[in-house]
Amino acid sequence: MSGSALTYAIVDGVLTGSVYALMATGLTLIFGVMDIINIAQGIFVVLGAYLSYAIQVHWGIDPFVGLLITIPTLFVVGIVVERAFMARLKGPEKTAMSILVTYAVSLLIEGSLNMIFSVNDVQINAWYVNQSFKLFGVYFAYIYVFGFIMAVVLLAALWALLYRTRFGASVRASLADQTAAALIGINVRRVATICFGIGTAVTAAGGMVFGATNAFNASSSYDLISRLLTIIVLGGMGSLGGALVASIGMVMLEDVVGVVWSPIWSTMTFFIVLVVVLSIRPQGLFGKQLARTA
Amino acid sequence: MKRMSTVRVLAATTVAAASLITMAVASTASASSGGLAKGAPVNIGISLSLSGDFSADGQAFQRGYELWAKEQNAHGGLLGHKINLIIKSDSSSATQVVTNYQDLISQDHVQLVFGPFSSLLTVPAAQTAERYGYAMVEGAGGAPSVFQAHLSNVFDVSLPVANDLMPFAQWISSLPKSQRPTSAYYVTSNDPFTEPQLPVAQKIMSKAGIKSLGFTVFPAEVTDYTSIADKVAAAKAQVVVLGAVDVPTVSAFMQAFEQAHYNPKAFISTAGPDQGAAFLKAVGAKNASGMMVPNAWYGGSANPLSKTMVAAYIKQYGGNAAGINSDVAEAYSVGEVMTQAVQATGGFNNAKILAYLHSGKVLSSVQGPVKFNKLGENVDPTAFTFQWQGTKFVQVNPVGDPNSVKVLFPKPAWKS
Repeated sequence: MSGSALTYAIVDGVLTGSVYALMATGLTLIFGVMDIINIAQGIFVVLGAYLSYAIQVHWGIDPFVGLLITIPTLFVVGIVVERAFMARLKGPEKTAMSILVTYAVSLLIEGSLNMIFSVNDVQINAWYVNQSFKLFGVYFAYIYVFGFIMAVVLLAALWALLYRTRFGASVRASLADQTAAALIGINVRRVATICFGIGTAVTAAGGMVFGATNAFNASSSYDLISRLLTIIVLGGMGSLGGALVASIGMVMLEDVVGVVWSPIWSTMTFFIVLVVVLSIRPQGLFGKQLARTA
Repeated sequence: MKRMSTVRVLAATTVAAASLITMAVASTASASSGGLAKGAPVNIGISLSLSGDFSADGQAFQRGYELWAKEQNAHGGLLGHKINLIIKSDSSSATQVVTNYQDLISQDHVQLVFGPFSSLLTVPAAQTAERYGYAMVEGAGGAPSVFQAHLSNVFDVSLPVANDLMPFAQWISSLPKSQRPTSAYYVTSNDPFTEPQLPVAQKIMSKAGIKSLGFTVFPAEVTDYTSIADKVAAAKAQVVVLGAVDVPTVSAFMQAFEQAHYNPKAFISTAGPDQGAAFLKAVGAKNASGMMVPNAWYGGSANPLSKTMVAAYIKQYGGNAAGINSDVAEAYSVGEVMTQAVQATGGFNNAKILAYLHSGKVLSSVQGPVKFNKLGENVDPTAFTFQWQGTKFVQVNPVGDPNSVKVLFPKPAWKS
């Protein structure tokens, strides 16, 4: 194993992990505020990828510029899905039922995408998708670097929204205790709807990078959702910082193990780490309590 | 004493139940054996991966089966019975495929069954069909694991995959020393279709002095191939042999290689480039040039049966010959082989069909001749290597074959 291969594995882990963080953040935000496990997050990522692909192919709009269209579009999709399906879930079975309902939503969107785009794989193309530049003897792919910058900017914006605005205070209050938040006059229902919209909107950005780095079809969502769920369990359900750390940590660990040892053991090694962490901290790395006060 | 009698009662009940089940199954089989009323359609049950990991291949297979049924119906169906395909989706799941074939046989009472997509699903599918005495003619279950299951009812009309890469390996090994690559990297998904192919090529190429710089196996469910591809690129081998089952895998490796400014002299993938227009669309027409893939069929085949099918396909779905996914031909071949078996046996009796297919008769298909050994492998087909040259998909191996054109070697630079 050469040193350059290990360097690439670490660089790939950080760059790719940040994009997964973006996708996982939406998932954990939705769970934190609404106690909903959104199985449809994977298909939302793919939907974001298809939207970027479609506006590039049909309107010639660069995928990054196209985010100005796709992010609001996914936000609206999220709001609609929340109002149509999630708002109706109530009672102690809400979390369990949310798995079934969001799975149904996922199947509905998957079927629609298959009808519109067919099952043949497509990939987003732009000048920076396959190109790279050399720095300190290492090739950096533009798409991953741009994706990393975009993820950092969007995560910073999300952080600012949550920690520097009145709405963010409402969200954090709802994250901490929905009943108490309602008692002090916060419209928890409205906060939940907007959070679902935000959680869905960030998949537009993650999906765009995913679609530029992978050939994909609607079925690509299955592998994505399992990975995203694992990330938020490791990071701590409901923890935004946990999602970020777990995403980068997970992808980097897998990449390094794949290069140093064998890709066959990458996933298993990650799960060993997951089991060890959960046995020590059942709430994950940055459990719910920490996230709600951070 | 009382305990003994209870056991006896239970045993007797079990035997009686087993007899009833056997009779019921036998009656189902006999119902499917040719007692079709005049004018009644012949129902053929198929489980396909219309969603999930194999959905692109599954839907291409669906087109192949439906095209065959349409063409056959236009010529009077099977023994005068109109063909009715009952297709159930298995979501690429080995559990669902079993349920589907059980339902097709025991509830839908289909007369015949055709195979699903992938070796992974063919084994459980064929095992289920075998329990009911049904022949499982299939086109995408050519991995050694399928035949190692020693099923008496499985018949793969396509090329057994183990030797797929032989023509490529033999060609590259036969190059003059001044042109012959000196190193190769082997990297494959841990899939029953891909994994057995690479050691065969590695053995031949190593004998010719082509040094192996690595042999890496990665899990089939990987979502990010970058670090694996970067590891291969860092080795800077002159040949890359990739065991991939689909377009996204090949596409990811091509993209990572280009980003790493690494362009091997020869790059072959076990699948992906054979998916016609779908491959070009994903990787870009310019970058496809030089990419190779082993197979037994391509759209430009001179086989008259293939030409007829290609014409029918283009009439139905549009496009051109190079854009046709080879899955279509594999599925179509299944229908052709079953047609010959039904016509030769004069009915839909699966026992007779099984005996006929085991008889060693040489049958014909769009992929070429078909002859099964006792394991159900097709022993007659020739392995070819195909290559994208610009937007043309051409046969390049075996060298000396009248339909082979000169290999584009070394592979052109990436042109994104």
